[in-house]
Amino acid sequence: MLLLALDTATPAVTVALHDGTDVIASSGQVDARRHGELLLPAVDRVLAEAGLRLDAVTGIVVGIGPGPYTGLRVGLMTADTFGLALGVPVHGVCTLDGLAYAADVEGPFVVATDARRKEVYWARYDDRRTRVTDPAVDRPADIAEQVAGVPAVGAGALLYPDTFPAAYAPEHVSAAALAALAAERLAAGEELPAPRPLYLRRPDAQVPKNYKVVTPK
Amino acid sequence: MADEPLVLGIETSCDETGVGIVRGTTLLADAVASSVDEHARFGGVVPEVASRAHLEAMVPTIERALKDAGVTAKDLDGIAVTAGPGLAGALLVGVSAAKAYAYALGKPLYGVNHLASHICVDQLEHGALPEPTMALLVSGGHSSLLLSTDITTDVRPLGATIDDAAGEAFDKIARVLNLGFPGGPVIDRYAKEGDPNAIAFPRGLTGPRDPAYDFSFSGLKTAVARWIEAKRAAGEEVPVRDVSASFQEAVVDVLTRKAVRACRDEGVDHLMIGGGVAANSRLRALAQERCEAAGIRLRVPRPKLCTDNGAMVAALGAEMVARNRPASSWDLSADSSLPVTDPHVPGHDHVHEVSKENLYS
Ligand SMILES: [Zn+2]
Repeated sequence: MLLLALDTATPAVTVALHDGTDVIASSGQVDARRHGELLLPAVDRVLAEAGLRLDAVTGIVVGIGPGPYTGLRVGLMTADTFGLALGVPVHGVCTLDGLAYAADVEGPFVVATDARRKEVYWARYDDRRTRVTDPAVDRPADIAEQVAGVPAVGAGALLYPDTFPAAYAPEHVSAAALAALAAERLAAGEELPAPRPLYLRRPDAQVPKNYKVVTPK
Repeated sequence: MADEPLVLGIETSCDETGVGIVRGTTLLADAVASSVDEHARFGGVVPEVASRAHLEAMVPTIERALKDAGVTAKDLDGIAVTAGPGLAGALLVGVSAAKAYAYALGKPLYGVNHLASHICVDQLEHGALPEPTMALLVSGGHSSLLLSTDITTDVRPLGATIDDAAGEAFDKIARVLNLGFPGGPVIDRYAKEGDPNAIAFPRGLTGPRDPAYDFSFSGLKTAVARWIEAKRAAGEEVPVRDVSASFQEAVVDVLTRKAVRACRDEGVDHLMIGGGVAANSRLRALAQERCEAAGIRLRVPRPKLCTDNGAMVAALGAEMVARNRPASSWDLSADSSLPVTDPHVPGHDHVHEVSKENLYS
């Protein structure tokens, strides 16, 4: 097994290769505005570091968000197209699950990432592998009761200390964690989600008001 | 001819997901998935809706193009993609797909200019472009007069709209007339049954001191809207056919007049018209008439090649390969305001050399 994992659902552009047992190469850069430019060179670097070519890959793992849409689509489109060109399966993994898997906390906790517009993407976990709520997008103040009393992981937690007083690393997801989680689930015979985006919000689109007259009154 | 470059082109600058395949100047496939119906109720293209649709449509559209062309991906000589101008988020979906596809197949990547592609597509219809070529590009996003001596390196803007694009004016007038979105085809249809001389609407920027090759459609739009409102205010019925015909005549009169003048001034004996508005039947007819009178040969591709599509991107990509232009780098970005003077986005060498070791083909 050789998995190429990538995620662009948070400000991090992250890529990793996993051989089914271990991560053999990885790259992480944080630049929320340049996902499109950074991702392919990062894939190229990771492959070069491992001394492998893309056609050695047996599966693609991609973070499906939730995350800001423009960046999120870079990873998903890249994964989809790799899958098409290589004829290998493309597996989705919830980006919040990747963060949870890398968390160093005991007991139940919350993962929260920055959803911009003063909101967070978030979900609750019983442990590193077990998500107990669907990913959601909310204003931190509106979910204060639901997340009270448990530690929180991710940049969304660090941004809103009033709601998440006990915030822990990691800040952003790593493809290494995503790949390790996917490898574990695939080995256990589990089905991973389809590589389709979790937007959680409808597109911003205003139906124009009725036609405005131009003749001055 | 088997030794001509086989290129796949990807276009996502607006609401069409286009994937085309050409061999040199021969069209092999032109697959398009449009999200236009999803935008109709908003009266215009909603960027986020377009971007989401591109992501869903891309892989099936690539598969359809390969099937239509009867070629396999490994036979391709290159992958071309619209790098700009266009909607930033929409462009980025196409650029991401093209980069991943080119990288995975071990093929060179060519990020090309959307406007130059609109010109180059005519090679698929009428053979190699004459050099120089005068091009009138008219669509919902652009209205410009361009002169090109080599479509891969030299595109010179002579003039452009100073306010609305021609296609935008069609959309806005269609909205005032409650004819829905997009406005171009429906106005063309009503205009066929109307009198183009019924109402004398203004011709923007046609005075002796106005810039010779620039366009303005904002004043026309306001004049038409006022005329319609006056009718409505007086309780009279709006003659939709005559308004459509007279408005359309004002647009195409200015477009063709300025294009023919530019050909004369520059001593160019060919005129190419591209972009979605080039599908307008009255524009094609009047351009034909005026070009004939001026001894200019008119080249207008069939309507499906005038609107946004992947074949036009493939056509320009094939020209880049044929003329040995440098490929783009793996860090190619989508540039929503890529200048028309950049027909493509060549890479910086060092990135490409590093990458080559990982490529196989
Ligand atoms: Zn266009």
